[in-house]
Amino acid sequence: MRHVLSALVQNQPGVLAHISGMLASRGFNIDSLAVGETEKPDMSRVTFVVTGDDLELEQVRKQLDKVITVVRVQDISGEDFVERDLMLLKVQATPPQRTEIVLLVEMFRGKVVDIGLATMMVEISGQERKIEAFIELMRPYGIVELARTGRIALVRGTPNPGEVQ
Amino acid sequence: MAESSPGPQNGADILVQCLIHQGVDTIFAYPGGASMPIHQSLTKFSDKLRTILPRHEQGGGFAAEGYARATGKVGVCVATSGPGATNFVTCLADAKMDSTPLVAITGQVGTPVIGTDAFQETPIVEVCRAITKHHYLVQHTEDLPRVIKEAFHIANTGRPGPVIVDVPKDIQLNRIAVANWDPPMNLPGYRPFRKASRTELLGVLEEIRKAKRPIIYGGGGIIAAGAAPQLRAFAERLGIPVALTLHGLGGFPSDHFLCLQMLGMHGTVYANYAVNDADLLLALGVRFDDRVTGKVSEFAKHGRIVHIDIDPSELNKNKVAHHPIHADIRVALEDMMQLLDEQEGAEKSRGNRYTDWIKRIEEWREAEPLQFADRDDAILPQYAIERLWQIVRDRNKLEETIITTGVGQHQMWSAQYYHFNSPRNWITSGGLGSMGFGLPSALGAQAAFPNKTVVDIDGDGSFLMNVQELAAAYCEKLPVKVLLLNNQHLGMVVQWEDRFHGGNRAHTYLGAGQDEAPYPDFVKMAKGFRVGARHVSRKEDLDGALAEMLDSKGPYLLDVLVPYQEHVLPMIPGGMTVRDIIKA
Repeated sequence: MRHVLSALVQNQPGVLAHISGMLASRGFNIDSLAVGETEKPDMSRVTFVVTGDDLELEQVRKQLDKVITVVRVQDISGEDFVERDLMLLKVQATPPQRTEIVLLVEMFRGKVVDIGLATMMVEISGQERKIEAFIELMRPYGIVELARTGRIALVRGTPNPGEVQ
Repeated sequence: MAESSPGPQNGADILVQCLIHQGVDTIFAYPGGASMPIHQSLTKFSDKLRTILPRHEQGGGFAAEGYARATGKVGVCVATSGPGATNFVTCLADAKMDSTPLVAITGQVGTPVIGTDAFQETPIVEVCRAITKHHYLVQHTEDLPRVIKEAFHIANTGRPGPVIVDVPKDIQLNRIAVANWDPPMNLPGYRPFRKASRTELLGVLEEIRKAKRPIIYGGGGIIAAGAAPQLRAFAERLGIPVALTLHGLGGFPSDHFLCLQMLGMHGTVYANYAVNDADLLLALGVRFDDRVTGKVSEFAKHGRIVHIDIDPSELNKNKVAHHPIHADIRVALEDMMQLLDEQEGAEKSRGNRYTDWIKRIEEWREAEPLQFADRDDAILPQYAIERLWQIVRDRNKLEETIITTGVGQHQMWSAQYYHFNSPRNWITSGGLGSMGFGLPSALGAQAAFPNKTVVDIDGDGSFLMNVQELAAAYCEKLPVKVLLLNNQHLGMVVQWEDRFHGGNRAHTYLGAGQDEAPYPDFVKMAKGFRVGARHVSRKEDLDGALAEMLDSKGPYLLDVLVPYQEHVLPMIPGGMTVRDIIKA
């Protein structure tokens, strides 16, 4: 089963290395990992997407919690949460193809952020499935390259039960 | 907080005073370029803090572990950067596996050259992340008081473990005036203590009430938590037999009628039978290690499982428990006793409820006691250990004698034939199984308890791995004794060769040749270190030699030639079950 874990960590050098090293050395498979600063400058939030059975998830969560610089770990899969992934995608686009692509981008509520003679760069954010669907639509044109942030997520409403007081 | 000079002083002086504030009285430190300021400072504070000079950083790290395990306090070791620091790697991994509180301080190249592959630079924090409980690379001299306070707090609370503090040389040399020697810690994510809830513990008592064949499986957590008296009171009150892990030995008195001794791969037949037949397994301060469980799906499969541990990640890790309880085991046992007091009809849960069960275990114990076929023409290693124990017991010195070991057959025989009645007299490398642990850990225990007798029961393979520490024993006046069971082989590997590889010897013979005298000449070697030594090979000489060893004022090595053909029995081969137990 797919789980989204949200971890609040102390914003210190080496925290990410520690976490990713621990996950690797214990053989946990991470589908996605995104890290960034939070509203508190001394804290970062790491969002993981992990697939595994309940026991495996329990271990991942506990092992993460055991890392001293990890302040709190929450499995938010069971909660009402918003999940987003941001992608930049560069696609081959001859001038006659541009309108068609722009139309698709609009339908996905994306943005064209760069246009060249033979390529266009598109910014899309949303849930994983939406992103994947857009990638499939772009394939026939020829994807030059793409970059994704990985999933970030927050529980709806207040307060977030996993938040430090 | 102790008084400390208010004016500016360098980081090394601050660091050393922080150690003194933490109550450190002994450290094991080997100097080098990047840790010289710390050593210079140590000479200034030598009236408060004893510095012991090991002869290898690994010896220093193991000595600090021995000190920690003997005292329950944090062991402290210091090394320089690069190779000095990497020589700590095994010690840190060892302390992590065995939950030993350790603070390892390493010198580091100056901050301006970190990352330039400077002379003796190693990113030791990177190297040690996975094998420490926590790690610090100190960035500012101002941080030292907080970092040291946090390091000690982390090392010795919750599940104890090793913390490495890497201190660049310029941080040691910068001069600052310390504003606050007792700064607040910044550990928002570290919550080491948990008390079991009443509901959780009532659930356990309900399981016990329903059980007909309960057994306690007690481990190193009992000793780390200081819960040996509570475990005894609990087991006696309910009349539940106790089997112990390698690190649990001493956590419950070996001579107690409820004690089934060690369980697991080389545990007693009756302990393993009892665990297999139990309808309730109370796993207290243990981690269901593979050397205990064998095939984990078959382990204790007939019973309900209660697992109480201070490290929540151990719960449901190797074995799913019906009652996984994250708690301090000492407090949990105390609270359960209290609940028993409160419960109406407490007499129902008093001892002797399990008479049939105890009777069955007694039958197993009588039918298949721990034993070996003794010989008159040689000194068997089991016999030598048993005699050591008997002599110490007859002298009424069991409480004042600490045993350490290396790793291998001699270690298992020590666990089997030397019997521990109280905690912290047994120091061994269990989880990591680090050969070479015996002598240096004995030095650490001896430094902590100058008036106790510390005996390293060692094998010739293990002993040679840190033999240089004989120099520390002599020069630092640490009168440790080494009972060397010299079989000229790597005995445990030989045993596995015999059992699983058709007896083919694959680099497990340590001697110089069958027609040569035993090699090396350990007595001569010891004498080279000015350590008293004697060699025995005849059974009739053993008692006298053991007495001479125990009576010697200084360090002493007793080199006992033993046959290599002996196997540690009983044995449940790795990954197998109690049904596969090898008894002969």
